[in-house]
Amino acid sequence: MSMLDKTLGWVDERFPLTKLWTDHMSAYYAPKNFNFWYFFGSLALLVLVLQIFTGIWLTMNYNPDETLAFASVEYIMRDVEWGWLIRYLHSTGASAFFIIVYLHMFRGLMYGSYKKPRELIWLFGMFIYLALMAEAFMGYLLPWGQMSYWGAQVIISLFGAVPFVGEELAIWIRGDFVISGATLNRFFAFHVIALPIVLLGLVVAHIIALHEVGSNNPDGVEIKKVKGADGIPLDGIPFHPYYSVKDIVGVIVFLFFFSLVIFFMPELGGWFLEKDNFVPANPLQTPEHIVPLWYFTPFYAILRAVPTIGVSQFPGVVAMGMSIVFLFLLPWLDRSPVKSIRYRGGIYKFALAVFVISFIVLGWLGTKPAGGNYLIASQAFSILYFLFFILMPWYTTIDKTKPVPERVTSK
Amino acid sequence: MKKIIIALVMVSFSGLVNASMKLHLDEANIDLTDKSSLQRGAKLFANYCLNCHSASFMRYKRMGEDLGISDKLVAENLIFSDDKVGDLMKVAMTTEDGASWFGTPPPDLSVIARAKGAGSEGADWLYTYFRSFYVDKSRPFGVNNTVFKDVGMPHVLWELQGVQKLLNADDVKQHGAAPEFALVSTGSMTVEEYDTAARDLTNFLVYVGEPSKLKRLGLGGWVLAFLAFFFLVAYALKKEYWKDVH
Repeated sequence: MSMLDKTLGWVDERFPLTKLWTDHMSAYYAPKNFNFWYFFGSLALLVLVLQIFTGIWLTMNYNPDETLAFASVEYIMRDVEWGWLIRYLHSTGASAFFIIVYLHMFRGLMYGSYKKPRELIWLFGMFIYLALMAEAFMGYLLPWGQMSYWGAQVIISLFGAVPFVGEELAIWIRGDFVISGATLNRFFAFHVIALPIVLLGLVVAHIIALHEVGSNNPDGVEIKKVKGADGIPLDGIPFHPYYSVKDIVGVIVFLFFFSLVIFFMPELGGWFLEKDNFVPANPLQTPEHIVPLWYFTPFYAILRAVPTIGVSQFPGVVAMGMSIVFLFLLPWLDRSPVKSIRYRGGIYKFALAVFVISFIVLGWLGTKPAGGNYLIASQAFSILYFLFFILMPWYTTIDKTKPVPERVTSK
Repeated sequence: MKKIIIALVMVSFSGLVNASMKLHLDEANIDLTDKSSLQRGAKLFANYCLNCHSASFMRYKRMGEDLGISDKLVAENLIFSDDKVGDLMKVAMTTEDGASWFGTPPPDLSVIARAKGAGSEGADWLYTYFRSFYVDKSRPFGVNNTVFKDVGMPHVLWELQGVQKLLNADDVKQHGAAPEFALVSTGSMTVEEYDTAARDLTNFLVYVGEPSKLKRLGLGGWVLAFLAFFFLVAYALKKEYWKDVH
């Protein structure tokens, strides 16, 4: 018995190290027919780790003080060794995180991954998405540029639209009557401590739930239904080494495009780093257009599409909230007997296409001034967005489905 | 449905209208690798800008190192205050003084090139701005600017460029036409020389906006090449493992 085996045996008697490895890696059987869309889970994990590490190093030189924050970011960009790289990794990583998460969620919609028995995986995932939005929103205040400041000002004043307690609520969140140093400090605390802990906890829950029921696949077939004599699903292959080596390929392709942005266009034409955020926050000067970063713009468009009652924006705030609540409800709205889009009928395919187009167009409209035709278009596409969910119990019932095979198709 | 289609058509149309009303910017065509251009830009910046505008995130020493100017030369020729070469490029003027003298405090110029637009847009903006001052008696300093309407700044470079007037003010205002200028009095430079000076200054401001830019661009190719190579290895590994999956 080698020294290594002895040590491992010693540990295993006290901690289930080998058991964890086999349960989650070497004897976790994943369907063998994963396609392109199955890269984004592991990529999301990669970007989370990247954000945490770059975040730690940024924190070493960032200063959450309203008089120093902007300058400390530029200090990182100039005087800190490799600071520019760490900062661009973090700023690009934030946008990359959302691109990956949106593609990951779209995969769920295509293959019905949220359907029984994976409802909890979906719910944990949705809470991750919520936490991620809060994390990104608070992180965006930290550079203390004009768009940081005014973006936060607009979004937090939305809480003021809540009837009766709104004003008090907004002040309680800001810690001041306007966005100020007090807000910056608490957002910093949430961004670097509270929310990352929540995110990590939720990610662990997401993965535990996934490994309990097993992964879905592009065919929406439950591979556990057909097992060999050894009790292993016939269509399953151990995650390690098959998917670990496959995911490395995905990671490299992702890093290629990620590096393309970081080294050659870190602002990505103003989509990842807005030009107004290179102007220090000025409470006395409102920028011409206040636009949230691209990953929030679909919801921002919905918010502005709903008419106000008097001066109250409350209906818009409710609509924006509902646009996310509906996503949580997907497992129960979808009544289709099949999971994957491969075996669904034309109605669901059409509905999903309309939904995706609406989401993208709303995202674009969210970057435009609210008014005139932009407003009418926002209203039209908001309605389409909601119809996808509201009509789902009906159209998934009447939709003609195809028979689902016993075993997964192709490789 | 009809309404929606009409709305969509109108949206795309209004986008076109907006595009035609956009500011006319001339291409700066700067070259960050051109050190002599950057050095001339630094000289212009220190002489004409750094009295009112700071670049307070930038150190003289770093600038000297990047531009190939020794500490001694920087201290002798580019620092006009009692600052040391390791100091940040600050100015003595306070924000309050700036606000009372110019109406609005002169902004810090460290990242001005990035604040005016991503990619080359910021450079084009600055380059056009430097060349677009014209006589306007209604303004406190007697000049206005087609790129930055009612700017609070005097035309500091007038002794180099001379003074010019705007020929098609109405067209610019109403139809967004490209402005046309004519010199009223000449400066110490010819038009070509002044354009070059404006380009040098723009080049310098783009450099100051992101001193690590050249390093970033230089490194990018190697990183991508490494990833491309790594991809081949990883892909071959994946192929090998997946041979036994049927």
